[in-house]
Amino acid sequence: MSEAPVAPRHGSAETVGLAPDGRPDPLLTPPRPRTGWRMLPARVGAMCVVELQKLRHDRTELYTRAVQPALWLLIFGETFTRLKAIPTGGTPYIDYLAPGIIAQSAMFIAIFYGIQIIWERDAGILTKLLVTPTPRAALITGKAFAAGVKALIQAVVVIVIAALLGVALTWNPLRLLGVAVAVILGSAFFSCLSMTIAGIVLTRDRLMGIGQAITMPLFFGSNALYPVALMPGWLQAVSTANPLSYQVDALRGLLLGTPHHLALDYLVLVLAAAAGIAAASSLLGRLAR
Amino acid sequence: MTDVRETTAVPALVCEGLRYAFGETKAVDGLELSVRPGEVFGLLGPNGAGKTTAIRCITTLLPVPAGMVRVFGHDAAKERMAVRRLLGYVPQQLSADAGLTGRENVELFARVFDVTRRERAARVARALEAVDLTAAADRLAKTYSGGMVRRLELAQALVSAPRLLMLDEPTIGLDPIARTSVWEHINAVRTATGMTVLVTTHYMDEADQYCDRVALMHRGRIHALGTPEELRSELADRRRAEGKTDPDPTLEDVFRDVAGSGLDEQGGDFRDVRSTRRTASRVG
Repeated sequence: MSEAPVAPRHGSAETVGLAPDGRPDPLLTPPRPRTGWRMLPARVGAMCVVELQKLRHDRTELYTRAVQPALWLLIFGETFTRLKAIPTGGTPYIDYLAPGIIAQSAMFIAIFYGIQIIWERDAGILTKLLVTPTPRAALITGKAFAAGVKALIQAVVVIVIAALLGVALTWNPLRLLGVAVAVILGSAFFSCLSMTIAGIVLTRDRLMGIGQAITMPLFFGSNALYPVALMPGWLQAVSTANPLSYQVDALRGLLLGTPHHLALDYLVLVLAAAAGIAAASSLLGRLAR
Repeated sequence: MTDVRETTAVPALVCEGLRYAFGETKAVDGLELSVRPGEVFGLLGPNGAGKTTAIRCITTLLPVPAGMVRVFGHDAAKERMAVRRLLGYVPQQLSADAGLTGRENVELFARVFDVTRRERAARVARALEAVDLTAAADRLAKTYSGGMVRRLELAQALVSAPRLLMLDEPTIGLDPIARTSVWEHINAVRTATGMTVLVTTHYMDEADQYCDRVALMHRGRIHALGTPEELRSELADRRRAEGKTDPDPTLEDVFRDVAGSGLDEQGGDFRDVRSTRRTASRVG
């Protein structure tokens, strides 16, 4: 990247007084610190805003990431709807599949979020954020919800695709709000899982390998594609310990009105996200070193 | 601003017996340092002298395993949040987010330093204006040149009105014109705000020209400290006493003198060189 001569206006540096027209200059007075509980939402908001700004400047990722869920619904969904191989309790298979694919596409985004953290570490962005009055847990919480916001926008795209394919989803705003919460909480957990692994392995290559290795078992070891009852016992155990299953259960219940366990689902998702934030925060120091 | 407070003021930064080791390697080995409020203080040394490790201890990025670090009287080990509020930090890498505009980059730092929504726009605009980036503020940072990114980072650090500005190799990899520009902005900001600036560099000529006082660091310790002029004239006196007719020693000569032999062989570990190269290649 060779560059043109930089900033020929440097001569004007002398005239850059910091107090124009005699008014008190904002750059001379430090901002009043937010304290206590108000700090955390402020940090979370700051990280989410950055994520949205980046998406606004470059939507490529949003579009390319829509391809895979669309193909899942179109090819896998349509085919298995005809096969009627999977007992879904009367729901057309493509309808049954849609919430699973929403959860899957959100998880795919979140599970590689740690790569962004490592990139930000290498670029010095993370280092600089760590020298701001932001406790590590608040920084991780902010990043986790930023990943959630990114996943949520992806989920909206998948919901639209599903609707276009004729899946009968609910348009009840309250239920959709519940869907948004479930997507954000699930992504918060998986992004923290990713950031935790990032804190352990410290390089992008290794994280990429591990991310790919765990995505498949997480996806197939859940109720995203088929009911848990069909699984062999050991896989049922995996599914019980897999937060993705609870997320899918909530999404399916809310979007299709199938039998669900919403209280348990949200409880597990909240606890998983909290545990993820705790784990990732405790390992963030390793990335800062 | 030469009132009584100025002379009795708490030092902007004090390091006492600061030590930090990576395994067997003693990166910082008993650092003693006191920076006065309002001065531009240069921490000089070759790659691997321990400058960046010292900076990372001061900025609370690394713990303080032995010794003491105080920023305006606040203990960097115990009062991390208080210390961070007093600091503006520009790391060695070009750390602006390329996927955001200049303005958004500065806004992020306004947000995480609790600038209220009401104040935010004005403050961010001021910070960008102070580094001459108003015209480029709404372009993505990836379109900026190396010098512009450095000035953007300066704006990011300034938006919270820090009292101690920490600059780690601010001119590394920049062309001479951009280097001059960055230094002129640092100076203008210092003059206008009276903030203290701690800068590390291994460009002795820059330190000579722009720093009020410098400390020469080698193998984790300070080997000489004073104004660039004092250090140069001390060496000149000594050389005259030894009967040598070397007219005007440079700061680099002073450095060679205090560091002794082995300076050329000891030039930084692999990681250092790699990160320097990475910065240089990002700058272009």
